[in-house]
Amino acid sequence: MKSDIILAGVGGQGILSIATVIGVAALEDNLYLKQAEVHGMSQRGGDVQSNLRLSSEPIASDLIPLGQADLIVSMEPMEGLRYLPYLKKEGWLVTNTVPFVNIKNYPSSEALAEEMKKVDNLIAFDMDAVAKEVGSPRSSNMVLLGAISPLISIEEPHLINGIRKIFSSKGDAITEMNIAAFAKGRDYTVEFLKNR
Amino acid sequence: MGKIKRLLLGDEAFAQGALDAGLSGAYAYPGTPSTEILEYIQQSPLAQDRKIHSHWSSNEKTAMEEAMGMSFCGKRAIVSMKHVGLNVAADPFVNSAMTGANGGLIVVAADDPSMHSSQNEQDSRFYADFAMIPILEPSDQQEAYDMAEYGFNLSEKFKIPVLLRLVTRLSHSRSVVEVEDAPKPENTLHYPEIREQWVLMPAMSRKRNVRLIEDYKKFQRDSESSPFNLYSEGKDKSLGIIVSGIAWNYLNEVFQGKIPYPVVKVSQYPLPVNMVKHLIDSCEAILILEEGQPFIEKKVRGELDNNLKRIYGKLTGEVVRTGELTPDEVKKSLRAIKTEQCDDEINKPEGNSEVLLPRPPALCQGCGHRDVYNALNEVLKEYDSPKVFGDIGCYTLGYLSPFNAIDTCVDMGASITMAKGAADAGQHPSVAIIGDSTFTHSGMTGLLDAINENSPITVIISDNLTTGMTGGQDSQGTGKLEEICLGLGAAPEHVRTIDSHPKNIADMEQLFKEEIDYPGLSVIISRRECIQTARRHSSKK
Repeated sequence: MKSDIILAGVGGQGILSIATVIGVAALEDNLYLKQAEVHGMSQRGGDVQSNLRLSSEPIASDLIPLGQADLIVSMEPMEGLRYLPYLKKEGWLVTNTVPFVNIKNYPSSEALAEEMKKVDNLIAFDMDAVAKEVGSPRSSNMVLLGAISPLISIEEPHLINGIRKIFSSKGDAITEMNIAAFAKGRDYTVEFLKNR
Repeated sequence: MGKIKRLLLGDEAFAQGALDAGLSGAYAYPGTPSTEILEYIQQSPLAQDRKIHSHWSSNEKTAMEEAMGMSFCGKRAIVSMKHVGLNVAADPFVNSAMTGANGGLIVVAADDPSMHSSQNEQDSRFYADFAMIPILEPSDQQEAYDMAEYGFNLSEKFKIPVLLRLVTRLSHSRSVVEVEDAPKPENTLHYPEIREQWVLMPAMSRKRNVRLIEDYKKFQRDSESSPFNLYSEGKDKSLGIIVSGIAWNYLNEVFQGKIPYPVVKVSQYPLPVNMVKHLIDSCEAILILEEGQPFIEKKVRGELDNNLKRIYGKLTGEVVRTGELTPDEVKKSLRAIKTEQCDDEINKPEGNSEVLLPRPPALCQGCGHRDVYNALNEVLKEYDSPKVFGDIGCYTLGYLSPFNAIDTCVDMGASITMAKGAADAGQHPSVAIIGDSTFTHSGMTGLLDAINENSPITVIISDNLTTGMTGGQDSQGTGKLEEICLGLGAAPEHVRTIDSHPKNIADMEQLFKEEIDYPGLSVIISRRECIQTARRHSSKK
């Protein structure tokens, strides 16, 4: 088993929390893991990305080579597209469609949608709206995690344990809301794959 | 003792390794990508139980000297910093080779190739080289952990500090690390055997220098048998590869662990010369892969480049000269040399161009630095050619649109001293803008120069009560900036304080204008808590 994942978004959108949950779960699954992340200056509203590699065998490089990612996972439509050169031909782009506009000339949603069509395997939906259904748009990162969960070989209960672990300090209500957001995202992809 | 699996950043793995090896004191000034080392120790229950020192220092020099004091007393100490921090700590660092170490002393320098969050790509190995200090360069998180205890032992065996060189990709990458389930005890208090070695007066230093040069040969022999340096045979001797640190991982990635060429993997220096010599003797050509500047390459090639052997590297262009290495870059280097080998295609980026715009970092909404720049820009409109000397921190982002407010950013503290030099040259207005943490790091001494000459400059300390850029570590001057400036001798009527806030903009402008027009030195402390730390504080309440 081997999964190379690029997580993308804007500083503060919570992509590192997605990575942390997967990390906790991977450890429980006895998998090898490497996860390179961005700290420091770029976190101030700039684009951020993380390379996450999971494998049943030892992993050499912390960075994913071009054209080898199985998954690009993005909290934001333009940021996901940024890493397409890393995606395998048969790889998946899973992205939130809600733009984070903090720059001038941000591309139109039509232009972004056009660009996304070039990817064979695409799952794109308004994750903020889905998160809002269960409580707060702030859980959209857990919707995204749910949406990729059927595409990675980590057991669902381990991912849920991971969510419990990272949100436990914030109380039961917030933890349960994030687990519900995860479930919604997972349902979306399961349904999507069924209808494909 | 058993082992436990933990998921740790490279920084955290080293910190945990140091704790498990009987650390007594950790010293640091925050700097990306090294900050998480001290942060990890601060949060460690073991460190709290054992009362291991983990308070932030004012700068890297004070941190280094504090660690040397602990080593003098026989205890194990680490001091961590980013690569440019080693410039600040260079005086004690280089001289620590002369004093030597007593308790194990590891100096961690985290280099930042690609300049993710730095002003240059300097390679810390050069410092250790001329100081004659051994270097450890982990290639992965497990080695970062293991090298803590190994480094302390090495340091105590040879009575010498050890430099541990990290790079951003290792510092900030997480992996599964096997750690000890029980920490070793701390050292007890004991003092150096050679008392005179710690008094670097010329007569003593001359004697010590002779001993250090002798000892260096021992460091060299130790490298040859280091468990972290290895010589791996390969069938195809048309090329031999010298690879160091994290580049080892990329090489393994490219060949999926089956490298056809002989390889010397270097993770401990001085360079294992015999291994390298054997490689050169048995291979037709040599490729050198190292993260950062061509350190090994310069040693192997020699400055005159009169080697008989073909050597490929950063100096000849087969290996990328700036920016960090990646598996793709290593593949490119191999393709440049061996067109027939490794010829699986590099997947070409399918550029999707027009819709992809850069998204540079920016000051947060609600950040007090914004108000400072808004007020300052408004005031400076009235002058012919105002110059604003910036510094290192979040407020360096004031160079970017929409503020376009600063003219320089060089090193910690340079705003005040450069503004003074500019005023010496006749510049007016000459404004320095510096953050609170940077001010106590390296601004205070420069301010004393300006005070002593009553230089006509305006120093704005944009005080957000924290070290913001690195994620909000305690700032050493919090609550005492006015007293510091007054204590240094600034005129009380020209040390002025105001709250940075949009509702105060008119008052800020008025105050800035008054002090810029004052033909002597003034300090304006413009204050508002960092929005990020303020949020954290309010959620804790």
